[in-house]
Amino acid sequence: MTKISHVGLLAVATFGALVLAGLSPDPLFRLHFGLITAVLLLGTVVAMRFATVAPKAKPVAKTRDGDVEYMDEVIRYGTIATLLWGIAGFLIGVIVAAQLTWPALFNFEPFFTFGRMRPLHTSAVIFAFGGNALLATSFYCVQRTSRARLFGGDLAWFVFWGYQLFIVMAATGYLLGITQGKEYAEPEWYVDLWLTVVWVAYLVVFLGTILMRREPHIYVANWFYLAMIITIAMLHLVNNAAIPISFLATKSVPVWAGVQDALTQWWYGHNAVGFFLTAGFLGMMYYFVPKQAERPVYSYRLSIAHFWSLIFLYIWAGPHHLHYTALPDWAQTLGMVFSIMLWMPSWGGMINGLMTLNGAWDKVRTDPIIRMFVIALAFYGMSTFEGPMMSIKAVNSLSHYTDWTIGHVHSGALGWVGMVSFASLYYMVPKLWGRPRLYSLRMINWHFWLATVGIVIYAAALWVSGITQGLMWREYDAQGYLVYSFVESVAVLHPYYIARTIAGLLYLAGAIIMLVNVVQTIRGKERQEVPMGSPVLAAA
Amino acid sequence: MSEKHIDEATGTATTGHVWDGIRELDTPMPRWWVWVFIATVVWAAVYVVLYPAIPGLTSNTKGTLGWSSRGDVREQFETAKAAQATFRDRIAAASFDEIIAQDDLFQFAVSAGRSAFQVNCIQCHGTGAAGGPGFPNLQDDEWIWGGTIDDIAFTITHGIRNGGDEARDALMPSFGADELLDAASIENVSAYVLSLSGGAVEKGDATAGQTVFADNCASCHGENAEGLPEMGAPALNNAVWLYGGSQAELIAQINKPRHGVMPAWGPRLGDVTVKELATYVYSLGGAAR
Repeated sequence: MTKISHVGLLAVATFGALVLAGLSPDPLFRLHFGLITAVLLLGTVVAMRFATVAPKAKPVAKTRDGDVEYMDEVIRYGTIATLLWGIAGFLIGVIVAAQLTWPALFNFEPFFTFGRMRPLHTSAVIFAFGGNALLATSFYCVQRTSRARLFGGDLAWFVFWGYQLFIVMAATGYLLGITQGKEYAEPEWYVDLWLTVVWVAYLVVFLGTILMRREPHIYVANWFYLAMIITIAMLHLVNNAAIPISFLATKSVPVWAGVQDALTQWWYGHNAVGFFLTAGFLGMMYYFVPKQAERPVYSYRLSIAHFWSLIFLYIWAGPHHLHYTALPDWAQTLGMVFSIMLWMPSWGGMINGLMTLNGAWDKVRTDPIIRMFVIALAFYGMSTFEGPMMSIKAVNSLSHYTDWTIGHVHSGALGWVGMVSFASLYYMVPKLWGRPRLYSLRMINWHFWLATVGIVIYAAALWVSGITQGLMWREYDAQGYLVYSFVESVAVLHPYYIARTIAGLLYLAGAIIMLVNVVQTIRGKERQEVPMGSPVLAAA
Repeated sequence: MSEKHIDEATGTATTGHVWDGIRELDTPMPRWWVWVFIATVVWAAVYVVLYPAIPGLTSNTKGTLGWSSRGDVREQFETAKAAQATFRDRIAAASFDEIIAQDDLFQFAVSAGRSAFQVNCIQCHGTGAAGGPGFPNLQDDEWIWGGTIDDIAFTITHGIRNGGDEARDALMPSFGADELLDAASIENVSAYVLSLSGGAVEKGDATAGQTVFADNCASCHGENAEGLPEMGAPALNNAVWLYGGSQAELIAQINKPRHGVMPAWGPRLGDVTVKELATYVYSLGGAAR
């Protein structure tokens, strides 16, 4: 049920967007705000449909702990949003992989060319899929570990819908060709401002809930979530500092210039990985792994040590993205040594996650959710070893600008971020909808294997293609001349790009199986199947 | 909630904190984790002393090894240049006959030329120098502007139809667009030209075309259509076609010819590199021996 005041607010926002579109002399700005008006209008109409002036009816499912009534409806929305955006992001990933493999076949001018689809893919998986997973799980975890309802009443709803609007604004902007050309920070100034408002609201909800907690201590998962929220706010504001050429135009000019701009960008870019995709998802791991395994966290001391060392060291590691560039040597050195020192702090999370399963290792055989957590932590450990290794300048001189980097990112994104999110969602869904169990455990097992095989093919193909590229680019003949032209190093990658496309399809297929499983669970269905790890099946 | 508790499975005490049923073991940090962490910190400290690292207000520490990435690149460049200097000096002084005659020099020039070719030429002529529609194949013995190694070097140095004083320059008239010939004559002459190399003639009278050819085309393309390199007029008596060999494509070319352009590479790359490029193209086998 929506409140009538919400409909009013939405209508005002719709009108505002329409006015901005009407006033602007910039055709792209008009087009973009026209689209935003359309989306808001649709939202208004849908909200009106469900609006009520009658006293609020009691929601059906309520989760309580003593006298605390948790605010779970927004998490249910977040769960669905995570799944749908995830599938969208994976699908776009498969399409861009196909565009790289068969450029002539999959080139859709002008809106769906690779240059516009690539940021659409990265933003869809990082911010839409990952971001919604973080929103949903952080709201779930913080209420339960603080024994407090989300702070700020309907503010949590604003955070959720405001964030979805941010995603739509960013995505439509990319396809229209509106970008400030900064990796993972492509949206222009007005989208950045909107995200700032939403993100501050998120901080208020999250921090407020922690301050209202009825537990003496703040649980470790919430440290990580909070570090993520605060640091992302800082990164977002500094990297996107720009002056719009007009308040009615899409274009803006960054306040940073030259190598300082590059360094700011990679300080941002690297910590988007460090705080959004590592710290945030470690928060998720710290709540959902002990819950699913029903085991205590392995080491409190390790969690303190690795939290603070991770937070302190990560923020300095960004310059390793700019090895052998115009960036001064001293900054490159620091970027590299901080990345090396980051190895153990990162692994602290893996150790704490895996060792939490002490006394519950038998569940790996019977519980595919635990299995997903284990593979997520394994890929987390693998990519947080690979990262520091690639930051070493000698290694980087081979790996930089090659597919190896893309492979590295994907073993982190598909292996760690994806798997830990899937597993956490599988844990939450029956509890959120008050179902005794998931529709099917065996479908999770299918999801697990499709995704795992996909990741392994993906990582292996891009290791080979990346190292091939790196070696071809530096191959000299006996006379001291380069042997290969650039285009020859492109042509040779074709088979690996086919493998990558197939790997993406496998991963996408797993996510679709998950969607079916979740929808069936929500509908209250339970699939009759042979239990996992059952000797009956083993004999057959 | 807060209560001390011994975990049964591991026998370890918990910290006493409980959140939503989650407890924490008071396990000490793994020793290997602590030691590897310390080792990376020590390694970082040493590295920071050895290499440029700590920024000040106006400069930064240079590191005790005295290493810098620019210095490193400069050194590598100088080493590489020194290694090639003797050969490049010899190429600068030698004629093409001398380059071809000396095995080591020829090998070097071909390598260097191939490398330069892959940076500057493949965009039009292709990685294997086999050309493509509108861009001549450099592998075969069909040469528009002359196929001796000196001709090739001249073409590379000055380019084609780029407005330069010494650039290769000649334009074929637009026989159709400028109404120098009527449509029937063009059809006939295209039939004649195609018949010389046994191409598929679909329309037009080749015999009538022969007269048209003698009156309008032979002055540049030669009486027997054998071509005239001085005019950049390609041979038309073989099946090698720059802009396509179907009759429709031939008619289009006679109507309103396309004219390829090539930049002058001499000023950009220098004499030695041009010599190396010419030697590389020669080494592909199509050049006149």
